[in-house]
Amino acid sequence: MTGSQPPLPFEESFPGDRSTDAVSGDPTAPPAGTPVLELKGLSVRYGNVPALARVSARLRAGEVTCVLGENGAGKSTLVQVLSGVRRHDEGQMLLDGTAVRFRSPRQARARGIATVWQDLAVAPLLSVWRNFFLGCEPTRGVWPLRRLDREGARETTVRAMARVGVTDIDPDRPASALQAGERHSLAIARALHFGARVLVVDESSAPLTVSQHALVLQSVSAARDQGLAVVLVTHNTQYAHLVGDRFLLLAGGAVAGNLTRDDVDVDDLTRLVAGGDDLTTLVSVLRAAHPELR
Amino acid sequence: MSTAPLPFTARPAPPPRSPGRRLLDRALARPSLASLVATVAVVVFFALQAPQLLSTGGVATVLDVAALLGIGGVAVAMLLIAGQFDLSVGVVATGSSLVTALLVSQAGWGLWPALGVSLAAALLTGLVNGLLVVSTGLPSFLVTLATFLVLQGTSIAVTEAVAGSGQISGLSSAAGWESVRAVFGVTVQLGEGRFRVSLLWWLGVTLLASWVLWRTRFGNAVLGSGGAPRPARELGVPVTRTTVLLFLGTAAAGWLIGTLGLVRLSGVQVDPVLGAEIEYVVVAVIGGCLLTGGYGSAVGASIGALLYAVAREGIVLAGWDPRWFQAFLGVLLLLALLANGVVRRRLLAVPRS
Repeated sequence: MTGSQPPLPFEESFPGDRSTDAVSGDPTAPPAGTPVLELKGLSVRYGNVPALARVSARLRAGEVTCVLGENGAGKSTLVQVLSGVRRHDEGQMLLDGTAVRFRSPRQARARGIATVWQDLAVAPLLSVWRNFFLGCEPTRGVWPLRRLDREGARETTVRAMARVGVTDIDPDRPASALQAGERHSLAIARALHFGARVLVVDESSAPLTVSQHALVLQSVSAARDQGLAVVLVTHNTQYAHLVGDRFLLLAGGAVAGNLTRDDVDVDDLTRLVAGGDDLTTLVSVLRAAHPELR
Repeated sequence: MSTAPLPFTARPAPPPRSPGRRLLDRALARPSLASLVATVAVVVFFALQAPQLLSTGGVATVLDVAALLGIGGVAVAMLLIAGQFDLSVGVVATGSSLVTALLVSQAGWGLWPALGVSLAAALLTGLVNGLLVVSTGLPSFLVTLATFLVLQGTSIAVTEAVAGSGQISGLSSAAGWESVRAVFGVTVQLGEGRFRVSLLWWLGVTLLASWVLWRTRFGNAVLGSGGAPRPARELGVPVTRTTVLLFLGTAAAGWLIGTLGLVRLSGVQVDPVLGAEIEYVVVAVIGGCLLTGGYGSAVGASIGALLYAVAREGIVLAGWDPRWFQAFLGVLLLLALLANGVVRRRLLAVPRS
């Protein structure tokens, strides 16, 4: 946030979790809290099976909205609609108040919605900087001698990666040398660099170590601090609660809850996502069997 | 810009590798390394077996064989890097030189206009190949195998029907022969070796392809289309256009090979040999291209062509039965594939966290 922006109210109650004096890089970003993308009664059906049923939500600039839910709750479908892979059947998606319907991921990207896919696909044998700039390479010189600005691209890559907290990276290494968390960071850094306004992060399907998870959350909060509306799709409530400002709970394709950080603590959140009763039963059974557990 | 501190910190950076180790890593990351090592080994081996290989005459013969192979190999390498395959380079070479020869000998055209028409025909073949591959999504191996068979059959049948035999000669009396020969057929005598202008074409094609691949946006699109087609498309890389352009490139290379051969013989001989089609791909793979795409180099393909030529001439000069060459080539290809596999695994190994 820039100094002129007041810290968001919920941040005061969680002073340990994050700093409120983080500096924003982009003065033109809309003030935090402005809805960038608004979903109104969004429905998607696969044949007769509803994958999303009348989902409404507001994604605000400078906030992390965590989408939580069990497998099959509709998280992936929501990601597909937001990123332009799938079109919604009913309802509206408003970008800055205008209804949009993307025909391709490229179109969504052009309108400022960047997606970090679950599979974190990179061209594995291509160097980090070539992956970073794939599709938008900087050039110098005039045609027919127009060529890649390799030095500039390398420097920009290192700088952009440092912005999301990955320092000490060799831009000439093949991208396969990056670990899962760093690939997340690469995609997020790319979204930041090319001026995305909405960042959709579909959490990696590969298991991440704690330190790799730290990298992901670090780059997510970097994007938040730059004024992006971040959507973090995850099933890990612990990590979600660390960075999330709002929590959109999905169950069976419908919104089961739309909470802010003030509403829930991490245990409540876990209980809600796990379907409440099931987990309570599990916990009581466990405690009965192992009294030493508290 | 400082990011929000989190309750746990990221893994500390691994200790930097020693300079020697980094240099080794860099060298191993070059696609052409294995073929360069193999070429040196093969040159040393045959220089001991047949010292005349290193005389100017021997060098000229080797380079002459390598030049035509190298032109096709480089074009195929670019296509392989983009994750595609082309079997039809050889038949485009024969076919386009036939078109030129027929137009000149049967219709009485000048050489230059005939060359223009055959180039257009070659590019049309490339365009058809490319469009078929991108529109149907079929494996390009099968699509180009089909066009190869069609063109092979057609060119033999048409030549027999029109010219009465599989051979057309006597182009040297056609209009424009002198200027065409200056561009595609001039030779220089150095010692006992005769060096042809095809060497310069080979060098030019290799340098151009290499520059395009590593220094231009198009090159990055080639690498990206082969390395990760879906993400590349989502990031806005024109995968379709890149693929079609590369097929046009291999077709143009085929035309160039055909024309260089045509001018050398001042005629054309239809040679229905099956199997010669694969040698451009072999050369590209020996040069370090992966069949899975996303990795390879133009220089590597040229070195592969050189290796191929040294082996072929070496076996002849050493007085062995030339039929051993094919067996030798098979062993070479196998070794190249294994070496590429090792390099690839090494590059793809994700460091443990």
